[in-house]
Amino acid sequence: MKLGYFPGCSLQGSAGEFDESLQAIAPALGLELIEIPDWSCCGASAAHNLNRLLALALPARTLALAERAGFREVLVPCSACYSRLILTRHELEQDEGLRRQVSEIIGMEYQGTVRVLNILEVMGQIFQDGLKGKITKPFEHPVACYYGCLLVRPPKVVQFDRPEDPRTMDELMKKIGAEPIDWAFKVECCGAGFSISRTDLVAKLSSKILADAQRRGAEAIIVACPMCHANLDMRQEKAEKWAGKKYSMPVLYLTQAIGLALGLPEKKLALHQHLVPVSFPVKAKPAAKAKAETASQPAGQSEE
Amino acid sequence: MLSQARPGSKGRPLADRLREFTGESAAKCYQCGKCSAGCPLAAEMDFPPSQILRMLQLGFPTLEAKAIASLSIWLCLTCETCLARCPQEVDLPKIMEFLREESLREKKFHPQAKEIIAFHRAFLDSVQAAGRLYEIGLIADYKARSRHLFQDVLVAPKLFWRGKLKLFPHLIKDRSNISRIFSKTLGKKEPSG
Amino acid sequence: MSRIGVFLCHCGENIAGTVDPGKVVEAANRIPGVVHSIDYKYMCSDPGQSLIREAIKEKGLTGVIVAACSPRMHEPTFRRVCAESGLNAFLCEMANVREHCSWVHEKSELTTAKAIDLVRIMVEKAKRNRPLFPIKVPVTKTALVLGGGIAGIQASLDIANAGHKVILVERDPSIGGHMAQLSETFPTLDCSQCILTPRMVEVAQHPNITLHTYSELESVDGFIGNFKVKIRKKARGIDEKLCTGCGVCAQKCPLKKIPSEFNAAMGMRTAIYTPFPQAVPNKPVIDKKRCTYYLKGKCKACEKACPAEAIRFDQPDEIIEVETGAIVCTTGFEVLSTEFFPEYGYGKYKDVINGLQFERLASASGPTLGAIRRPSDGKEPETVVFIACAGSRDPAKGIEYCSKICCMYTAKHAMLYKHKVHQGTPYVFYMDIRAGGKMYEEFVRRAIEEDGVKYIRGRVSRIYEQDGKLIVKGADTLLGAQPVEIEADLVVLATAMVANSGAEELAKKIHVSYDSYHFLAEAHPKLRPVETNTAGIFLAGACQAPRDIPETVAQASGAASKVAALFSADELSREPVIAVVHRTAPPIFSICEGCFMCEQACPFQAIEREEIKTRDGKLIKVVAKVNPGVCQGCGTCVALCRAKALDLQGFSNEQVYAEVMAV
Repeated sequence: MKLGYFPGCSLQGSAGEFDESLQAIAPALGLELIEIPDWSCCGASAAHNLNRLLALALPARTLALAERAGFREVLVPCSACYSRLILTRHELEQDEGLRRQVSEIIGMEYQGTVRVLNILEVMGQIFQDGLKGKITKPFEHPVACYYGCLLVRPPKVVQFDRPEDPRTMDELMKKIGAEPIDWAFKVECCGAGFSISRTDLVAKLSSKILADAQRRGAEAIIVACPMCHANLDMRQEKAEKWAGKKYSMPVLYLTQAIGLALGLPEKKLALHQHLVPVSFPVKAKPAAKAKAETASQPAGQSEE
Repeated sequence: MLSQARPGSKGRPLADRLREFTGESAAKCYQCGKCSAGCPLAAEMDFPPSQILRMLQLGFPTLEAKAIASLSIWLCLTCETCLARCPQEVDLPKIMEFLREESLREKKFHPQAKEIIAFHRAFLDSVQAAGRLYEIGLIADYKARSRHLFQDVLVAPKLFWRGKLKLFPHLIKDRSNISRIFSKTLGKKEPSG
Repeated sequence: MSRIGVFLCHCGENIAGTVDPGKVVEAANRIPGVVHSIDYKYMCSDPGQSLIREAIKEKGLTGVIVAACSPRMHEPTFRRVCAESGLNAFLCEMANVREHCSWVHEKSELTTAKAIDLVRIMVEKAKRNRPLFPIKVPVTKTALVLGGGIAGIQASLDIANAGHKVILVERDPSIGGHMAQLSETFPTLDCSQCILTPRMVEVAQHPNITLHTYSELESVDGFIGNFKVKIRKKARGIDEKLCTGCGVCAQKCPLKKIPSEFNAAMGMRTAIYTPFPQAVPNKPVIDKKRCTYYLKGKCKACEKACPAEAIRFDQPDEIIEVETGAIVCTTGFEVLSTEFFPEYGYGKYKDVINGLQFERLASASGPTLGAIRRPSDGKEPETVVFIACAGSRDPAKGIEYCSKICCMYTAKHAMLYKHKVHQGTPYVFYMDIRAGGKMYEEFVRRAIEEDGVKYIRGRVSRIYEQDGKLIVKGADTLLGAQPVEIEADLVVLATAMVANSGAEELAKKIHVSYDSYHFLAEAHPKLRPVETNTAGIFLAGACQAPRDIPETVAQASGAASKVAALFSADELSREPVIAVVHRTAPPIFSICEGCFMCEQACPFQAIEREEIKTRDGKLIKVVAKVNPGVCQGCGTCVALCRAKALDLQGFSNEQVYAEVMAV
C-alpha cells in the first residue's frame, strides 16, 4: 500500500516514537509512506480556538500540497491532525464559497480530491489480509484500547466505526495476540490540548481513564493520538498525585504494540521515550513470552 | 433583573450573528441538558454548555455578555461528545468557537482564560515563524506569557533526555505562504497576550 | 339554450382579500349562457344557500356554478341545495377560486383575471352537463377488522353487538395485543389483564364474530360495501379442532430457551407454544423457524406427547376468501428498537431494559410473577433510573415526534416499583412532563408527592457499567445544568412508539395513505379522524399515531359506529361518475368494436362482455359493458378506446375539450 504521509508536528517532536514505530513496522506491513512535500502545521486546537478561517486555511494548505503532489489518499497518524484535516475537508465540501475563500487565502486551488485516512483505517485494511506468518512474538497482554475523541467524532464527518463503542482497534489488538478488555472509557476525553496550559484538568480526566483501565485488569493502554499519549503517559505522575494512587500503566502507541508483535527490537520502536516504563507483570504460566519485552526496565523507575 | 432592552444601537442579537457566520441556530436547542451531562469539563465550567446556549436564546444583551465573558467557552476541549449525542444535532463546538472569537474581538475574555489563550497564541506564533510547531520554543514562549516559569521543571528534562524534545525548529521552505495565510486570517500579528 | 347562474363566495377575506368580487361577477355576466351572477360573503351559509335556491326558481337556471373553495369541502352542500330546488345535483359545478387562486397568489389584477378564467372554464363544462343519477350498490353487512389488540377487540365487539357480522384477523397466535402485556394501567392502576381478558373471551364466544388468529391479510379488491378479501391463515402446525389446549406439547418440547415475544424477552418459551396462559384461542403454534423438526427433520416430541393427536407438521397455509362491506384497520404499533442509542448500552448491559420489558417484570403474569428483579442477577434493584424520551423527540437518532404515552407510563412504572420495593429509590430523567388527560396530571403529582419518585429535568448522556452498577450520567437543568451521576441497579428506557414494520406494505394492500413515519393517514385530522381517503376503510388506535388505551378505545368505538352507519342501509348510493359504452339504435347498436382492450386495462375488473342478440336469439355482436357498481371512474378505458365508444359520465371528452378551449 502506497500512501501520502502527513506526520504532523508532534510526530517530529514529542511524539517521535509514534513516527519511529510506524516507520519501523511499515516495511513488514508492505506500507510505503511518502511525505507530503513542505507540509505545515495543521493549527491544532490553537488555531480553531482563536480564528476559524486560520483553522481551515492551515490544513487546506497541506491538503492542497498533497493534491499537487498527486496523492489520492493521505495517512494522518496523529488523531488531532486527522480531525483538523477531515473537518476542513468536510466544511469546504459543504460550502463552495468558503472553499473559494480559503483557496484564495492559501494562494493555491484547494479541490478536495484527497481522502484523509486515520491510522486505524489503514491498519485495519492491512490486517484484513492477515498477518499470520509475521506475528512472531504475540503481544499477549490484556489491553485497554483507547480511541479518544477525535477518531470517532463527530460521527457524521468522520464516518468511522461505532461512535460510542468502536471496535477497530480492539480487532487489531486481537490479531496481534492481545486481549482487549471491555471498558467504559474508550471514547472519553483525556483533556486533549490542555497538556501544558491546564495540567490540573488533564490530571483529573486522565486519572479517570487510567483508573478504569486498571480496575478492569488492563496491563497497558493502547493509543493512536499524541495528545492522548502525552496526557496519559507524560501526565500520569500528575494524575497519580491527583487521585492519590499508583497506576504505573504503560501507554503504547498501537504501532509500538504491533511492532513488538512483529518481533522488532524495542529500541527501534522507541519504547524508551516513554515516561512510564513499558513493563508487564511476569506471568506465572507459559514460558515463551516470559522472557519477552517485559522487565526491560524495572517498574520502580517511574517514580524518579 | 433580566431585560430585553438593547441600549443604544448596540448591534443585533448574538444568535443572529451566530446564524450568519456559522449557520447554527440557537433556537434548535430545547434545553434537554444532554450536552452538559456528557461534557467532560462541565463540572469545571462556570456555566455548563446548555446554559451557554440558553444565554443566546432570548436575545438579552446581559446574558450574551455573560456567555462571551465565560470561562466555559475556553474550557471547551472540542471533544465533540456533545454534538455526537445531541438529539437536535446542535453543533456546540462550532458555537463555542464562534463565541471565543467574539470574546477576543470584544476583548472580554474571562481572566482565568489567560493561560489558555497565552498557550494558543504561543503555539500559533511558533507556527507562524516556522510553518511547523517548535515545542521548546512554544514552552518557553508560553512560560514567558503565562509567567508559569516553574511549571514542568521536573518533567521537561525527562522529556529532553528521552529525546522527546528537539532542540531546533523544523523550518518549512515556503514560509512566505504561511505569512500570507496568517496575515489574511488573523490580520496583523496579534498583540501578545 | 343554457341558463347558467354564477355564485361567487368571498369566503370572508379568504377569497375577497385577493380577488376582486365585483369584477368577477361583472365578467361572469358577460359569458354567453350566463343569465345570473352574484357574490356573497359566505355562500355556504344559510342566506348564501337561499340566494342559489331563489335564483334557480326565479331565473329558471339549467346549471349552477359556485365559485368558492375546493369541491372536496362543499360540493355535497351545493349539490344538495340544487337538488332541493328541483335542479339535478350533477348540474351543479364548483370553480375552485380559493385553493387554486386566492390562497396561492398575491392580490393583483392577474389574480382576479385567473378567477374569471376559472369561472369561464366551469361555465363551458356546465353547458354540456347532463342530469345524472346516483348509482345504487348493495352492501355486504360484514366487517373485516385487521388486528386483535384492544382497538380491534373493541371495534369488533361494537360492530357485532350492533347486529352485524365481523371477521377479526390477528397476525399473532393470540388476540390481546400490547395491552395484554401490560401490568397495571394509568391513571387508575387497574390490572390490564383483568379488564382485557374478559373481552378477549367475549370476542371468541360472540356469535357474530369469526376469529382468525395467526392469519394475515393477503389482498383486498373491490370497493365500499363490496370488498373481496383474501386472508392467509398460517399453518399453526396443529389441528385446531382436535387440540384441547392442554399444554402437554409445550411441556415436552426440548427447546426451552427461546426468548418469549409476549414477555419481551424477559422470559423464555418453547418452540411449540401458547404465548401466554390467557391466550385466545388457547391453542399452541409451532415456531417453524426454531422447531428442531422443521430445521433438522427429527424430534417430534410434541407429536408423541399430544393426547389428542392434533400435531400436523405438514399442515399448509390456508387462503380464506371472504366478502365484506367495510374494513377497520387496527394494526397497532411497535416499540422502537433501542440499539440506535449506543450511549445507553441497551443490548450490551442486561440491566438496561425498555418500558415494555418493565411491564413484564411488573406484571403478575410475568416471568417474575410481578416481583421487580433485575435481569442480570435476579436481585431486587435498590435504585432504578427511568429515562423518558429514549428515542422520542430525537431527530438525530430516533424519531421527531412525542410518543405521548411515555410520560404517563414512566410515572406509573416508578410508582409500581415504589409500591413493590418500599425502600427503593426511583429517579426519572425527563424533559417535559406531558400529562394532558383525565386524571393524568394528578397521577404524576401523586408519584412525586406521595410515592417519592425523584424527577430530574435533564437528558442522560451516557450509561456504563462499573462494579455491578450502572453509572448514569445526566444533568439537572433546573440546577444550572449541573452534571448528575447516579449509580443504578436497573435502567428503564421509555422507548418510542413507532409504526409497525409492515405498515407501509399493509397501507398499499388496502389502498390507504400513510405519513412519513408510516402511520396510516386519516381522511381529515380533525373532522374525519377514523375514516381514510378510501371509502369504507376505517382506522382506530396506534396504527394512526401514538395513542393511549382510553383514546384507542374511543376511536375504535367511533370507527365501529361509522361501520354500523354504513350497514344501516341495504344499498349505498355512489356518484355516477363512471364510464359508459356508446349505445344507439339498430342497426348499429354501438360503435364498440369489441376489441376489449378496455377489459385488460381496467384496474377494477369493471368491464364485462355484453352479447347483442336478435329477438330470436341470434348473436349480432359482442360489445363492452361497464359494471356500474364496480367502475371507479378512473377513465383509463376511455383514454384507451380506439373507437371512442367509451366516455366518462360527468367528465366527457367533449366537456374536457370545452374547458380547455375556454382558457
